[in-house]
Amino acid sequence: MTAINLRELWRRLVDPIDPVLFGLLAVLLVYALMVLASATNDFIGRFYSQLVNLGVALAVMRVAAQIPPQRLMHLALPVYIGGLLLLVAVALFGDVSKGARRWLNLGFARIQPSEIMKIAMPLMLAWYFQKREALLRWKDYVIAVAILAVPVLLIAKQPDLGTAILVLASGFFVIFLAGLSWKLILPVAVAGVIGIGALVAFEGEICQPEVKWPLLKDYQKHRVCTLLDPGSDPLGKGFHTIQSTIAVGSGGVLGKGWFKGTQTHLEFLPERHTDFIFAVLSEEFGLVGNAFLLILYALFIGRALMIAANAPTLFSRLLGGSISLIFFTYAFVNMGMVSGILPVVGVPLPFVSYGGTALVTLMLGVGILMSINRHRMLVQK
Amino acid sequence: MKFANSPLLSSLLPTWRARFVLLVLLTAFASLVARALYLQGVNNDFLQQKGESRYSRVIELSATRGRIVDRHGDVLAVSTPVKSVWAIPEDARLTPAQVRSLARLLEMEPREVSRRLAADSDFVFLKRQIAPHVAEKVAALNLPGIHQQREYRRYYPAGEVTAHMLGFTGVDENGQEGIELAFDSRLAGKPGGRRVIKDRLGRIVEDVESVRKPQDGQDITLALDSKIQYLAYTHLKQAIVEHKAKAGGIVVLDAKSGEVLALANLPTYNPNNRGRLSGAQLRNRALTDTFEPGSTMKPFTVALALEKGRYRFDSQIQTAPGRLTIGAATIHDAHPHGLLTVAEVVQKSSNVGVAKIAADLAPEEMWQMFDTLGFGTPPKLGFPGEAGGRLRPYKTWRPIEQATMSYGHGISVSLMQLARAYLVFARDGDLIPLSLIKLDTPPLAGRRVFSGQTAREVRVMLEMAVQPGGTAPKAQVPGYRVAGKTGTAHKLEGGRYSNQYVSSFVGFAPASDPRLIVAVMIDEPSAGRYYGGEVAAPVFSRVMAGALRALGVPPDTPLAPVQVARQNAAREVPAVPESM
Repeated sequence: MTAINLRELWRRLVDPIDPVLFGLLAVLLVYALMVLASATNDFIGRFYSQLVNLGVALAVMRVAAQIPPQRLMHLALPVYIGGLLLLVAVALFGDVSKGARRWLNLGFARIQPSEIMKIAMPLMLAWYFQKREALLRWKDYVIAVAILAVPVLLIAKQPDLGTAILVLASGFFVIFLAGLSWKLILPVAVAGVIGIGALVAFEGEICQPEVKWPLLKDYQKHRVCTLLDPGSDPLGKGFHTIQSTIAVGSGGVLGKGWFKGTQTHLEFLPERHTDFIFAVLSEEFGLVGNAFLLILYALFIGRALMIAANAPTLFSRLLGGSISLIFFTYAFVNMGMVSGILPVVGVPLPFVSYGGTALVTLMLGVGILMSINRHRMLVQK
Repeated sequence: MKFANSPLLSSLLPTWRARFVLLVLLTAFASLVARALYLQGVNNDFLQQKGESRYSRVIELSATRGRIVDRHGDVLAVSTPVKSVWAIPEDARLTPAQVRSLARLLEMEPREVSRRLAADSDFVFLKRQIAPHVAEKVAALNLPGIHQQREYRRYYPAGEVTAHMLGFTGVDENGQEGIELAFDSRLAGKPGGRRVIKDRLGRIVEDVESVRKPQDGQDITLALDSKIQYLAYTHLKQAIVEHKAKAGGIVVLDAKSGEVLALANLPTYNPNNRGRLSGAQLRNRALTDTFEPGSTMKPFTVALALEKGRYRFDSQIQTAPGRLTIGAATIHDAHPHGLLTVAEVVQKSSNVGVAKIAADLAPEEMWQMFDTLGFGTPPKLGFPGEAGGRLRPYKTWRPIEQATMSYGHGISVSLMQLARAYLVFARDGDLIPLSLIKLDTPPLAGRRVFSGQTAREVRVMLEMAVQPGGTAPKAQVPGYRVAGKTGTAHKLEGGRYSNQYVSSFVGFAPASDPRLIVAVMIDEPSAGRYYGGEVAAPVFSRVMAGALRALGVPPDTPLAPVQVARQNAAREVPAVPESM
């Protein structure tokens, strides 16, 4: 009797969970915990607290998987507005830590409202395009851009370039997938290519200390400049990039072995359990471990994109597509930064880096994808 | 079921857009793979090496410096372990109270401690060479960023007594003066090395391997005899105080082996506490300073004349009226004498007599002798700054110069050179090299400078010089027959002879079978007396008496002062004040 009930309970518990997506995720998470154990070797408390974070995040995923996309649509506007208000509150009363105003003290907890926007933004834009379906005009894109721009600017102002880029990307993916005209994309892309080309070409002149860059903070300018030439400031701003490049490279093909990474364990590698954990993985597991991670990510994102493509409604497709692509953005920006092809921005390695907030947000995304997958038949029925 | 095929959806999500997304994703992943291949497959050797250079270090394991002991094994210099306190300023964030307690333990000003901790570097010494018990207290404070390092400090038990002989080491234990410098390579040993892994803060995480074992330095056993050294030092010091002299030096040699049994200079310093040192304190005068020796050179001129057969022991020389004109210059005796034998010329130290003897010698012969005796060239004991003295080539000698050189002017020597040259009289004409190190077997024979006959005759003359009627009766030692010669020379200052003197005495005992040579030099005695027989001879007597007793040398004459009885009546002359 009880055995049957337990089996029934288990069935109901796992029912909304997509086995393929979750299977890939499970392998990724086990791998991540192995790396994290090594990275937090001398601070084992962090490993256990990440286990707790993981438990919470899995619960959030399971709950999100239960919520039908229609319900999510209703939540889109209030969550977006709420997130926007919190961002304004941060700008007005936020706590300053390490030179940035990112946190809001609610008395019982400190929250980082920009994190909410990572989900709220695609939700909101997907809802918006769903409402406008069929006939998309110029005006709709302008409004969509405004919906996107306001929170992004608020986050960039904190300043938190990493999160701003992720939120911007998540919104851009929705607009792009909704059918943004090439006539608008092309000029921006061309301008971007020209801009980066100019940056590389004139690095010598524009990286002089007295040159001020419009819009960007001084430290952000330094990050770009040190990427172009890490040797220019090996003990200061270029320190992270040089140390992480050395750690990645010294892993070689097979790596130095679990818990045997010298750069990691001798404290040469900064932020080794958070943003730079990819360097720990690369040093200890080498090119092989690195390739294994990339394949896991590729399969995981591929499965996520399949779910999105097969979704029944525009809202689900846009939301699923954006979430899938944002996983990719996380992974690419982080790995690019650690291996020295992108500037240093505060983007964690998805599902691997230590940190509860990012993990919960990511798993919420996974949950939403599972919900989209589970409910795709319901329309037909 | 296939929604992507429905016309509505395909119009909303065109395939080319999906393909574009896929293309971007593939490109991005490809770039990551390419970068990983470059870093981990192509460039990994270089990056591994860069990584290794950041953590792998070879640390030096210091070797213990050898001890310096005297001929009986008494320790003269030893390295004792001490600690040095250093800091990583970035880590050392101390409260004012912590700075104060640290400063109190290190006996420093709190302000000085703070100043050093504010330095813009990764490593500063706070204080070097503190005692182990202080180091323990500092460690007990458990301050962040404050570290200790084991070092050695050189300790000299005899302090200022042996200061010039031993010299000293710097903070890094490298020899800087004296024996410490002369034998640095043997004392220092070879530091070993260990390969270790250090983390970013320089903490040693793992001890990998021993690159090489440290080789401790060898002990050096000096010829020095602590007891004789102490005697020499104290009696020299006493004389310098008594005669208000500027400086002084003393050397004691073993005539049988050429070993240096004692070497002391004043002013001196405490090598254990070298706070403020003047150049005068540091100077090892017996080796590095030269002076015009004066009458102590006369026996060599006389010996050469005897050796060449130009004069005999009792040849008569007219020294009246106490002066002699050579060319444009005139030389004087301090006290005029009449007709003297060669022996009496030495005994009474007549300048005129020696000058007349020298007139019958060729400059080349004299130069040859001086050169053979080691004048004009450094003794090569290995000491830093050994002086050679001045001995001009004989071709440039004018007759007056040859005359003055015969009684020790116009030539300069160091006290050590002078003491060594007297070996020829003590050893029947044989000259052996000196040794700072204890010898297992004395050298069999050295270089023959004079015949045994000549040396023995000069020895009698030198015995006469310390008898009543000679210039230095105060050099006598009860129970032993003593031979020696005084020297009292005007000092040359700025090319002219000044009114200051260098008083000296060089002699040996027992005269029947010489065992020890003692040479004493007192610079600028200014308490009235300045003759070598008054100032230097008493120091000689006391040191010689103590040293002979310490070595257990059997007396060679009855204790009663009856030496006069030995004297030939013909040679017995009334006591006269000594001359130059």
